[in-house]
Amino acid sequence: MKFVGVSSCPTGIAHTYMAAEALEQAALAAGHEMHVETQGAAGSVALDPQLIAEADAVVFAADLEVKDRERFAGKPIVDVGVKKAVHDPTAVIAAAVEAAEAEVARVAAGGAAAAPVAAPATKVSANAGTGARIRQWLMTGVSYMIPFVAAGGILIALSFMIGGYEIVDTDIVTDVIEGFSITSSLSWGALLFHVGAATFAFLVPVLAGFIAYAIADRPGLAPGFVGGALALVVGAGFLGGLAAGFIGGFIALWISRWKVPKGVRGVMPVVVTPLIATFLTGLAMLVVVGPPLKAVSDGLTSWLGGLSGSNLILLGVLLGLMMAFDMGGPVNKVAYAFAATGLTAAGTAALAGAPEFRIMAAVMAAGMTPPLGLALATAVRGALFTEAERENGKAAWLLGASFITEGAIPFAAADPLRVIPSLMLGSGITGGIVMAFGSGLRAPHGGVWVTPLISQPFGFIVAVIVGTVITALAVILVKGLRRPPATDAVVAGQEDRSAVTA
Amino acid sequence: MSTTPLITADLVALDLEAADRDEATRALVDLLHAQGRVTDPDGFLADVRAREAQMATGMPGGIGLPHARSVHVTVPSLAVATVPAGVDFGAPDGPATLIFLIAAPAEGDGDHLTILAALARRIVRESFRTSLLEAPDAATVAEIITREVVLP
Repeated sequence: MKFVGVSSCPTGIAHTYMAAEALEQAALAAGHEMHVETQGAAGSVALDPQLIAEADAVVFAADLEVKDRERFAGKPIVDVGVKKAVHDPTAVIAAAVEAAEAEVARVAAGGAAAAPVAAPATKVSANAGTGARIRQWLMTGVSYMIPFVAAGGILIALSFMIGGYEIVDTDIVTDVIEGFSITSSLSWGALLFHVGAATFAFLVPVLAGFIAYAIADRPGLAPGFVGGALALVVGAGFLGGLAAGFIGGFIALWISRWKVPKGVRGVMPVVVTPLIATFLTGLAMLVVVGPPLKAVSDGLTSWLGGLSGSNLILLGVLLGLMMAFDMGGPVNKVAYAFAATGLTAAGTAALAGAPEFRIMAAVMAAGMTPPLGLALATAVRGALFTEAERENGKAAWLLGASFITEGAIPFAAADPLRVIPSLMLGSGITGGIVMAFGSGLRAPHGGVWVTPLISQPFGFIVAVIVGTVITALAVILVKGLRRPPATDAVVAGQEDRSAVTA
Repeated sequence: MSTTPLITADLVALDLEAADRDEATRALVDLLHAQGRVTDPDGFLADVRAREAQMATGMPGGIGLPHARSVHVTVPSLAVATVPAGVDFGAPDGPATLIFLIAAPAEGDGDHLTILAALARRIVRESFRTSLLEAPDAATVAEIITREVVLP
């Protein structure tokens, strides 16, 4: 049989390795094959997923929580302490054989083999390089955020389909809580929209909270979540959320390393660290990050206002770049607000080709291509993305089509330096093309669901398709330039492994 | 990588006599202190005791493996004693005749921790233990360990 295992102990320098060696030797003596991942102080080398897939059973000889436990989901597990593995490895191997045979019997008796769960990478290996660790922190936040993006985005997209774009003007109290009518499509649309909007309110806090959690473990949760919520308050969007996650995480990590008297040590992780770290993170977000952000946003707004009447194609490119820069952050908001307020100013009487309507069309098209382009990229080059990102890519089709730019945030948050410029390229070109075709739009929301309100819809759709393809090509190109750092970490780890077994 | 070897002949005590595990550990800590590898013997001994209290480090095959990561340790080190009369380290199969004291700095670097990991794996092997018990003198013990437990 083939087994895999994980060993760990409080100090991480002796029993972790003795248990691994004892188990591997006992397995060999009994005619089996076993590989043990030592989660000790010398850093752990992740087991090859292939070995896990082939394993008949898994042994946890771990006194600490097994890292990335979800990798072993669906396998029969023998959970013993590290001591048992050192003292009586033969009995542990016998138990593993028994567990494996029981699983075979269960499947033969008609039980479905438990499907391995495609789990997001949510923990950070201690010996990874700085770049790989930053990526793992980001991926932790992103993997917890994705369900909120998919659920909230699809709910909002459905609300547009059922209730039209004006559904955003419904009131949660009068139209849903008090006025819900089971036969009214407006009620259902409003319900979907407001639940979706509530879900979306979690995006940035969850992103920030779990980045901080990856950095500082549980004491990072409160400062991270609060920092993320405050990033929304100051209008800093998901980039502000990334900053909040790192600020909250590192403050919590720093405080948790303070040398404190024994009596206080017990209340540090649950009271003192979250309390101080949350306060300092809040201070940083509101007093340090907030004011300059507001100045930038005010400055951009007045600058854009001054550009009215200049070359519309260039304005379309500029708005497109802004839409894709931070997806819901200050720059995106300025561009969107510029278009939406123009719409209000123009009123309903203006002609179809009025510049205000053309600006709105350019802004909407440029806000649709980021999720659509990433959806296309995950569809044609899935290997460049994580499993969680590929899943998110499927939802991104609907989100992009519905002008829910947030569908692109998980990708941008996980790999901002490669993804954001690619998105800006596609969106900038899209904005310019829409202007060139002269398409106009009278609605501030809705995506493809408001196509009837678009003048020259053919040009609009061509622009979106071109932008989607360019975005996808750009993302594939820049991501393909380098193997993902996650792979680098494994390779580096394998050198450690040869050192241990040599 | 540091050139200080994990163990030298000065860190080996053959035919040690000790009444209990505390006394045996103390003797090995003193060897480390004499070589300047531990700055505060009492502080380090307290760290080792704290670790020992979590879970006894005696293991099958007559092994005692007291160890700690401690701020009082300057260089990752190993001190070894043979105790022919045996001293109890809490192993289920009886007293320990071969004692390894592992001293790791609180902020250990990767190479040294990897060496200690390799040592822990060797200790599980009976042939390794036998060769140490049968070694004629301290220099041979240090030499066997240094040979077996090195980075490639």
